[in-house]
Amino acid sequence: MSDEMDMQEGGVVKQFMFVNRKAPYGTIYALEGLEVVLISAAFEQDVSMAFIDDGVYELKKGQDTKALGQKNFSPTYRALEGYDIEKLYVEKESMAVRGLTVEDFAVDVTVLDHAEMAAKMAEQDVLISF
Amino acid sequence: MKIGVLVNEGPYTHEASDSAYNFTKAALEKGHEIYRVFFYHDGVNNATRLTEPPRDDRNIVNRWSELGKQHNLDLVVCIAAAQRRGVMDENEAKRQGKDAHNLAEGFRISGLGQLVEAGIQSDRLVTFGD
Amino acid sequence: MLHIVNKSPYERNALDSCLRIATNGSAVLLIEDGVYAAVKGGSFEGKVQAALPGLKIYALGPDLSARGMADRVLDGVNVVDYGGFVDLVAEHSNCQSWL
Repeated sequence: MSDEMDMQEGGVVKQFMFVNRKAPYGTIYALEGLEVVLISAAFEQDVSMAFIDDGVYELKKGQDTKALGQKNFSPTYRALEGYDIEKLYVEKESMAVRGLTVEDFAVDVTVLDHAEMAAKMAEQDVLISF
Repeated sequence: MKIGVLVNEGPYTHEASDSAYNFTKAALEKGHEIYRVFFYHDGVNNATRLTEPPRDDRNIVNRWSELGKQHNLDLVVCIAAAQRRGVMDENEAKRQGKDAHNLAEGFRISGLGQLVEAGIQSDRLVTFGD
Repeated sequence: MLHIVNKSPYERNALDSCLRIATNGSAVLLIEDGVYAAVKGGSFEGKVQAALPGLKIYALGPDLSARGMADRVLDGVNVVDYGGFVDLVAEHSNCQSWL
């Protein structure tokens, strides 16, 4: 853990983008991906999340997992702001293809078209995809 | 160059661990430094020493252990993902009151912060998964 | 930027999404089942050829050979080994795996 302290004090700030392309519950990637994002907040990096393809379903409001017996982790997306993770980018084409609009999402997001998303990706130091 | 490797799938079911291994080996042969190999999601199953594949198949777990030994690699298994899936070292087994432990030689169990730190410290981070 | 695609284009949309987002001058490396996009004769051939002027497309030789596809690689697709994979990672400032 001493390394983590060094990094915070050392001031190395990289651009990290977590790329989410999987729907929640069907597989564990969305949940465990979110766990990494939360941990990354402690490192004071420039963190963003991209939601592309089925990843946009992670943000859908009204998730109710009671009958599944799985934990509903969608409220966590609303808590991200408290961790200073405010850059949530949703690809416009992925939303449109799935018949979703920003009103369907539980959190405020920035909608980017594919070219804008490409530009954001290109400027990252680290892309971690789930 | 310092390279970090993220392995998101277990052995045998997906090719991800094979690809990651072959990539890591090639990077070392080219004189690059592998800063860390981080095992996440089902990737933690690459670290159970209880696998016993058929004789004519590759032993994925031992292969990682041996490469780790040869090159003094930092093979890190995510603790949260490992606890979910029943991969633990002796200390963790004791702490959790389990009657067995199964972490293979050369691997260590640590937190998700190690993945973020690998992203910060490495010049490149390459993800292998499904 | 280097994009890595490991899915067959006939099963998943990973390559479609990658090609939608990859910008001119980027590199795309096809590995594992992703190499099925790198071969002649399939319905995906046109899409890959249309992308070729703007993108550098590579396919991992060991994965092509394992699948019996090494002798039908599309013209313009560069075949690399694991060492070449490492070089591609080193040459590009970042990489995205389209899992």
